[in-house]
Amino acid sequence: MIAKQTNQKAWFMVLPVFLVVAFSAVIPLMTVVNYSVQDTFGGNQFFWVGMEWFRDLIHSERFHDAFLRQLLFSGIILLIEIPLGVAIALAMPKKGWGVPVCLISMALPLLIPWNVVGTIWQIFGRVDIGLLGHSLASLGVNYNYTQDPLAAWLTIIVMDVWHWTSLVVLLAYAGLCSIPDAYYQAAKIDGASRFAVFRYIQLPKMQRVLLIAILLRFMDSFMIYTEPFVITGGGPGNSTTFMSIDLVKMAVGQFDLGPAAAMSLVYFLVILLLCWVFYTVMTNVGEESRKGGN
Amino acid sequence: MATITLQEIAHSYTGASTNPDDYALKKLNLTWRDGGAYALLGPSGCGKTTLLNIISGLLIPTDGRVLFNDQDITRLPTEQRNIAQIFQFPVIYDTMTVFDNLAFPLKNRGRSRKEIEPRVIALAKMLGLEKDLGTRAQHLTADAKQKISLGRGLIRQSVNAILFDEPLTVIDPQLKWELRSQLKYLHKQFGFTMIYVTHDQTEALTFAEQVIVMYEGEIVQVGTPEELFDRPAHTFVGYFIGSPGMNIIPCLLQGNQAVVDGHRIDLGQHYPDQPASAKTELGVRPEHLRLGPADEGGLPVRVVKVNDIGRHRIVRVALEGRELNVVVPEQSEIGGERAALYFNPDHTNIYLNDHLLTGERQ
Repeated sequence: MIAKQTNQKAWFMVLPVFLVVAFSAVIPLMTVVNYSVQDTFGGNQFFWVGMEWFRDLIHSERFHDAFLRQLLFSGIILLIEIPLGVAIALAMPKKGWGVPVCLISMALPLLIPWNVVGTIWQIFGRVDIGLLGHSLASLGVNYNYTQDPLAAWLTIIVMDVWHWTSLVVLLAYAGLCSIPDAYYQAAKIDGASRFAVFRYIQLPKMQRVLLIAILLRFMDSFMIYTEPFVITGGGPGNSTTFMSIDLVKMAVGQFDLGPAAAMSLVYFLVILLLCWVFYTVMTNVGEESRKGGN
Repeated sequence: MATITLQEIAHSYTGASTNPDDYALKKLNLTWRDGGAYALLGPSGCGKTTLLNIISGLLIPTDGRVLFNDQDITRLPTEQRNIAQIFQFPVIYDTMTVFDNLAFPLKNRGRSRKEIEPRVIALAKMLGLEKDLGTRAQHLTADAKQKISLGRGLIRQSVNAILFDEPLTVIDPQLKWELRSQLKYLHKQFGFTMIYVTHDQTEALTFAEQVIVMYEGEIVQVGTPEELFDRPAHTFVGYFIGSPGMNIIPCLLQGNQAVVDGHRIDLGQHYPDQPASAKTELGVRPEHLRLGPADEGGLPVRVVKVNDIGRHRIVRVALEGRELNVVVPEQSEIGGERAALYFNPDHTNIYLNDHLLTGERQ
C-alpha cells in the first residue's frame, strides 16, 4: 500500500486572509468584547464584571428608548422615501433632454458629504438666520428645532428625505427602464388602466430593485449619526438621541467604556440579525424568479 | 368585426420628411376583408411590424388614414380600437395566475365573472393550459408563456382583428405546427380577421389565404400562395419564396426570345423592345427547369454540384459562368459534367427593373 501523500502547504495560502480578517475585524471586535466584561475607574485598572453590563443594558430604559426611537425613525423614513421615490421615478421622462437633467439633479444630494448636509439643514432651519426657519417664523408658525421635539424630528426627517429619496428614485428608475416596451403595448391592447399597468407590470418588475432600496435605506437610517448630531446633537432633551448618538454619548461623553462596549455589541448583533433577515428574503425572491425558467 | 382599409399610409420614425429613405413604410393602400386570413411576409426590417402597429394604434402613421368599415380611426387610441395583438416575445403578467392572465383583457372591459370563467377554461383547454390555470404565470416555461400571450389575444370574441407579430418564434417546431393548426381552426370557427406577420415563408403560405409580401417598406405583391409561386410580381418575391428561390439572370429581349450570353430562349410571348439602359432579367423557378443529356439540343451547361435533399435533388449548373439551380426528381441520372438545360416558356417570367413584365401571347 502506498501511503497517502499529504501536503499542508495550502494553509500558507490562506494565511494572508486570516491575518487581514484578524486585524480588520476580529481583533478590534475582541477589544470591544474585552471592555464589555470589565469595569474601570481610570488609571488603566480593570475589574472583571461578567455579564453585568449586558444585564444592565437589557433592563435600561435609556437603551429601550433609543432603540424604539431608532425603529420609529427608520420606519418613517421607509414609509416616506420608498413610495415617494417610486412616484418620482414614474414621473420622470423616459427619453429626450429631460433624462440627463433629471438624473443629474437627482444625484446631486447624494454627492454631498453627510456632515455638510447636516450643516446645511442646521443653518437652513435656524429661526434667526435660516431661510426655512425665518420664513416659517414670519408666517407665524412656531417652529424651533432646538426647543420643540416635534420640530426636531420633522427637520431630521425632511432632511433625510431630501438627502436619500434620490437613491430610491435612481434605483426605481433603473428598474422601470428595464421593462421592455412590449409590456406597455400589450397592456394597451388588453385595455389595462393606468393603475393596472402600475400594479401588474411596473411594480412586479421593480420588485428586486425596490428590495435593494429598502435594504439600503433601512440599514443606513438605522445607523444614522452625523446629521442628527450636527443638527440637534440628540436634543432637545433626548428626543432625537438615536442609538449611535446614545452610544457615542456613553463612550466618549461619559467615558463608560464597559456599558458602551456592551451596547456596541448588542447594536452590532441587531444589525447583523437584520442583515440576515433581509439577505434571506432577497435570496428567496431570487430563487423564485429563477424557478420561472427565465 | 370590420373591414380594415389603409389609405395612403406612410410612416417615418423621425417625423415627416422629404427624403423617401427616412420612411420605414412607403405610401401604401390596402384593404383587409372582414374575416380574411392574411400573412405579412418579408425580411426583418421591411416594415411589417410598423404596419401592424399602425393598425393596432400603437403607432400613429406620419401620413394617411386607417379606416375600420368607413370610420376614420387613425388617431383613436389602441384601447378603443378593439384589436388583439400578440407579440414576438411572451408578455405575461408575472404576479397573476394563468387564469387571471387570460381573464385580464375581459376584466378590464368590465365583463362579469360568470361570463369570463367558462371562456377562460375553454380557451385554456384548447391551448393545453388547463392544468396550469391556478399557478403563477412566472413559473412557467417560455412555451407556456407564449401560449398565455396567444390566449390573451384570442379571449375576446368580438375583436375587429387579431394581429400576430411573429408569435411562434420562441416556440419549438413540433408545437409550432400544432398551434398554427389551432389558429387556422379558430379562424374557420369564429371568422376573426387575422393578420399574421412572419419572415418564414412556410408559415405564411400555410396560414394565409392572401399573402402580402413586403420589401424595404413597400408592398411588392399581394396574392394567394400559388400566385406568389407561379407569377412573382417582383424579383424579390421570386428570391424570397421557394426553396431554393427563383433563378434570376440578366438577359436581352428580342421579340419572343430572351438572349442570355448569346443563347436564345423561347418565351412563348412577345415583349416590346426595351431601351438599352433598362435592366431586363429572366426569372425561372428551379422546379420549372429540366435537364437532359448533353448534345441533344437545349442549352449546354456544366454541372457544378448536386445536393440530395430527400424527395428530390438540387443540381447547380453553370451556363457560361452564370449559376442556376435546377430541381430534378430523385431517380434521374445526372450523367457526367455536361448536360443540356430546357426552359418551359409558360413558366419563364421576364422582369423589367425588378418588376414583372407581361408580354403578348401569340
